[in-house]
Amino acid sequence: MSKIAEILQKNESELLADWMKEQLTAVRRRDLMNDGELQAQSTDLLRSIASAARNGNVTDVSGSDWAGVRERLTDISASRAKQGFSPDETALFVFSLKQPLFTRLRNELAKDPNAMFAEMWNATVMVDRLGLMTFGAFLKAKEQLIAQQAEEMLELSTPVVKLWQGIVAIPLIGTLDSNRTQIVMESLLSTIVATNSKVAIIDITGVPAVDTLVAQHLLKTITAAKLMGAECILSGIRPQIAQTIVHLGINLNEVITKASLADALATALQKTGKTVVRIDKQNGKAGENKDGAEVKQTPERKGA
Amino acid sequence: MTTLKSESVDIAGPTDVVILRQKVRAWSIELKFSLVDQTKMITASSELARNTLDHGGGGRCLMEMVSNGARSGLRLTFEDHGPGIPDIDLALKDGYSTGNGMGLGLSGSKRLVNEFQIASKVGEGTRICVVRWK
Repeated sequence: MSKIAEILQKNESELLADWMKEQLTAVRRRDLMNDGELQAQSTDLLRSIASAARNGNVTDVSGSDWAGVRERLTDISASRAKQGFSPDETALFVFSLKQPLFTRLRNELAKDPNAMFAEMWNATVMVDRLGLMTFGAFLKAKEQLIAQQAEEMLELSTPVVKLWQGIVAIPLIGTLDSNRTQIVMESLLSTIVATNSKVAIIDITGVPAVDTLVAQHLLKTITAAKLMGAECILSGIRPQIAQTIVHLGINLNEVITKASLADALATALQKTGKTVVRIDKQNGKAGENKDGAEVKQTPERKGA
Repeated sequence: MTTLKSESVDIAGPTDVVILRQKVRAWSIELKFSLVDQTKMITASSELARNTLDHGGGGRCLMEMVSNGARSGLRLTFEDHGPGIPDIDLALKDGYSTGNGMGLGLSGSKRLVNEFQIASKVGEGTRICVVRWK
């Protein structure tokens, strides 16, 4: 058994007490974790390190004897990443074990400097590797969290809404990359079929920049909708976007474009043979009264 | 021309294009560009960054806030070590594309900025420098 393993086994409670003291001064975050929880986590980890060091090589933490430690560290890092600890706080959790361990080694091997140096080197290698492992696991957990959030955003930001019988709209928000456009296109086309719509309004008020790639994606979506028999209206084209599109030289002549969603809806109603008229509040007949409005089927386009 | 501040942004993936766009937006606002000028510069940066990525295989963009005494402006220099452009005049023609884009990225961004310089050597890479003045 190596000296480190011996020390870990013999002085467990002292080591733990010192380690806890180190942690409390170096990285304590009482807002995120209470002392009891930290103590339990530390005890658990220290015990598993002790048993791994007893059975395996202390400098080879990737070996099978260390599987238990790796698993615990991964769990701890992942939970800390989610709790909101910073990466250095999480890494310091492991690195703060160094000093207590070194103190014990110095006391035990005071008479043999060569052995002391060798064991200290082993201890450094072990704690460093464990620390790096913690860091890696922390980053991985964070990346997973980001990927998951990105996925949720994709789902969130592409709702297709029915505005009227035969009219659907999709308000686009944020950056239109290839992934999102694919989802936009799919949900728009399937909603066109499901609602049997003839007009689809694509609103880009919330799209910060329209470059050639975005324009190309939009044109493809519009062409696909056209193939299914639905006409598309592009709305929400702000002045700065209009000027940029002109300078870029993108040709949107084939597409019906409107400045606002309201204009687009009016056009869509017109295209489906409906018109908005004011109604008289008292007798409910269409008239000059300004109190309300209703959508009427225009006679000439009826049944078209 | 004096440089007031500069920053280098790596362009290695599609997310970097978004990051660059946000940086260009922040700097344009800092320079008090009008909304139209902001949008023009953001769109140009987006086009050129995507070219660097798709045709140059990635590279970097040097962002510089510059001043020529009377005016201040934003200069972006895109550099890649990709295959280079054999015929620059052809590449700058509207509608010409070696990929499957619209063929408007390069020519369009030239119209969105005040100054546009392009240098390319086949097999060595491409360097595009654009400036938009306030």
